[in-house]
Amino acid sequence: MKRNPYKNIVIVIALLSLGLIAFLPGLSAEEEEIAPGRKMAEQAAKGIEHWTTSDHSKFSALDKEFSSGSEITEACLSCHTEAEEQFHKTIHWTWLSPYDDGGTYGKAGYSVNNFCISANKMEDKDCNSCHVGWNGKEDGINCLLCHSQQDIKWKAEFADYAFFKEMGDDEIADDIQKKIQSAAKDIGLPGRKNCGNCHFYGGGGEAVKHGDLDASLINPKKTLDVHMGIDGEDFTCTRCHTTSFHRIAGRVYSTPAITHRKSLVESDLVPKIMCESCHTAKPHNNGHKANDHTDRVACQSCHIPEFARAHATKMWWDWSTAGKLKDGKPYREKGEWDRPTYKSIKGTFRWEKNVVPEYFWYNGSLTTVTAKDMIDPTGEVWISKPNGSREDENSRIFPFKVHRGKTPYDKVNNTILAILESEQVDGFWKTFDWQDSFEKGMAIMDLPYSGEYGFVNTSYVYPTTHMVAPKDNVVECNECHTNHNSRLASLTEFYMPGRDSLKFLDMGAWLLVLAALGGVALHAFGRFFAGVTRRKEK
Amino acid sequence: MTGKMKKIYIYTRYERSWHWLQVILIAILLVTGFEVHGTFTLLGFEQAVTVHNFVGITWLIAFAFFVFWIFTTGEWKQYIPTTKKILLVARYYGFGIFKGEPHPVPKRKDAKHNPLQRLTYLGVAAILLPAQMITGVLYWTYNSWAEWGLDVLSLGMIATAHLAIAFGILLFLIVHIYMTTTGHTIFAHTKGMITGWEEVEEGTLVEDWEQKAK
Repeated sequence: MKRNPYKNIVIVIALLSLGLIAFLPGLSAEEEEIAPGRKMAEQAAKGIEHWTTSDHSKFSALDKEFSSGSEITEACLSCHTEAEEQFHKTIHWTWLSPYDDGGTYGKAGYSVNNFCISANKMEDKDCNSCHVGWNGKEDGINCLLCHSQQDIKWKAEFADYAFFKEMGDDEIADDIQKKIQSAAKDIGLPGRKNCGNCHFYGGGGEAVKHGDLDASLINPKKTLDVHMGIDGEDFTCTRCHTTSFHRIAGRVYSTPAITHRKSLVESDLVPKIMCESCHTAKPHNNGHKANDHTDRVACQSCHIPEFARAHATKMWWDWSTAGKLKDGKPYREKGEWDRPTYKSIKGTFRWEKNVVPEYFWYNGSLTTVTAKDMIDPTGEVWISKPNGSREDENSRIFPFKVHRGKTPYDKVNNTILAILESEQVDGFWKTFDWQDSFEKGMAIMDLPYSGEYGFVNTSYVYPTTHMVAPKDNVVECNECHTNHNSRLASLTEFYMPGRDSLKFLDMGAWLLVLAALGGVALHAFGRFFAGVTRRKEK
Repeated sequence: MTGKMKKIYIYTRYERSWHWLQVILIAILLVTGFEVHGTFTLLGFEQAVTVHNFVGITWLIAFAFFVFWIFTTGEWKQYIPTTKKILLVARYYGFGIFKGEPHPVPKRKDAKHNPLQRLTYLGVAAILLPAQMITGVLYWTYNSWAEWGLDVLSLGMIATAHLAIAFGILLFLIVHIYMTTTGHTIFAHTKGMITGWEEVEEGTLVEDWEQKAK
């Protein structure tokens, strides 16, 4: 019988390679296919053109002279009869969380942060520049901040109008009036600038508070934000932040932005605030391991690899250094990205760009410290902290910006001190007098101040959810599944392949492997030398 | 080695194909498995997982054919453990081999495994490998545990067991590969597993208990 002894091996290898060749291209082809979650979202988000049955430039109610903001609002309300009542109930107006009765949480309540700390029940006047009303809260709601498609400085325009009118310069006054009327008649859904004028500048400057919200989102490339990219889907904020009765979806505080994760297929009136609303809970191609992650890992964790990708965001604010003066005058120093690193009125800052988020279990709500709450100053105080745990099935691993700093606190009462800042009310930014500013600030809040202050390390979290990167920039598996600088190194309460091991098992087993190798090597030497000796003896 | 050598046909074509297929599968599984464990980086975690899963399932299917084969051909009887002559074999590998003594239990068509091999291969084929397949399938189906009522398991438990067995297989491989060099030439056994023909000394008897049951 004539046989090729290597035939079988050749057959085996050939079969195996065929299998691999058939399998591997299958994989890459699958990746190129549009994932089901994207198909769903594209269907859900069709028809970008906005339909309306009203043209506000033709409304006679708006066809008159306006000498103050409240006159415009009056005209708006003459048709939109329920708008004011609706709006008065929203947090945009009250600055109080609608979810607790005591008026505790919110900027107008006792909530504090580690930026400007507190708005002192809206008495710290500089903080009110963002409030959606005329003259803060004094003269009623301001519909135009959100709905006018023209970005004009209302307060200044009205002041100028009154000035020139009084001076008798009717020509200039008429020009200003035309500008005001034009902006009052150019009405639509809120655009990016309407929202961004406040939300991109929270904390007193661009990208101070949010690492994932800044003015780069007015005209972003889709590499910065796949949803808002003007070369892509071109979404406005309201595309996801859907509204009912002027209540805008998406606010996160003591309660989640949404309590049930549902896609539009399950409920067509559900707020579109969750990724799943459009993308469903199994958005990846069939068989892709990422679909098995969606129950415990938020989409954002992989799809927002870094925040502050366009502009640096503030990561550290040390109040303890504030108040230094040069020649009796406050000063400021600037650092990288032309961002301030020191301001006499505020203290020392650190900014960072392209920041890898910190990850926490998160059920959508935060636990926050208010000016009334006792703190433990011996460690880092979490002024806001994500709620959630691995045991809670509604919790998922979520990316956060963590803003840290040193914040003033009452050394006797162990509370955060709501310092009064505004120059308008003779706060710290005018007086640079710590004691006076704490006394005034706490008195407004009707809270005690012992007279002894210190500074405590604090941290404050922001869920990272905007600036979703294109899928090519997604976080790779091995950025978490690794025993070397894993992104999830701090979440130790579960076993993760590639990251975790029983050190003694690994060590012991490799020692055994070495012993086996050594053993067979010794045996081989023994055979070799014994063979040599035997041949010599013969 | 004295005496005239004679060639006998020991390993059938299926057996040899299966053996070498398993060599390739286990080698790939070990390499990708240890990469998934974080021991080193070669393909990258994601690719390593993909290859490991695919090859693992392939192995599972191929193993089913092996089980079918071993029972339908009666070859399973070659794996029945015995203590007879086991000490002699152990003594041979410990001492005799250095003195050039003949193997106390040479290979035969009907008795291709010596008592030490019977015990080892039974342990590997009946315990180590199936246990690795079971823990592997469980690992792979982690997301369905809750659905199947297997919540009592923890991923850490299964992963650690899977790893421990993998080390066991690696240890077996080291000794196994070394033992292939102990034939009358270094590659004699390897050649036998490729061609199916092993060279043995003429005249050695196969005792009754080693005979394939008729």
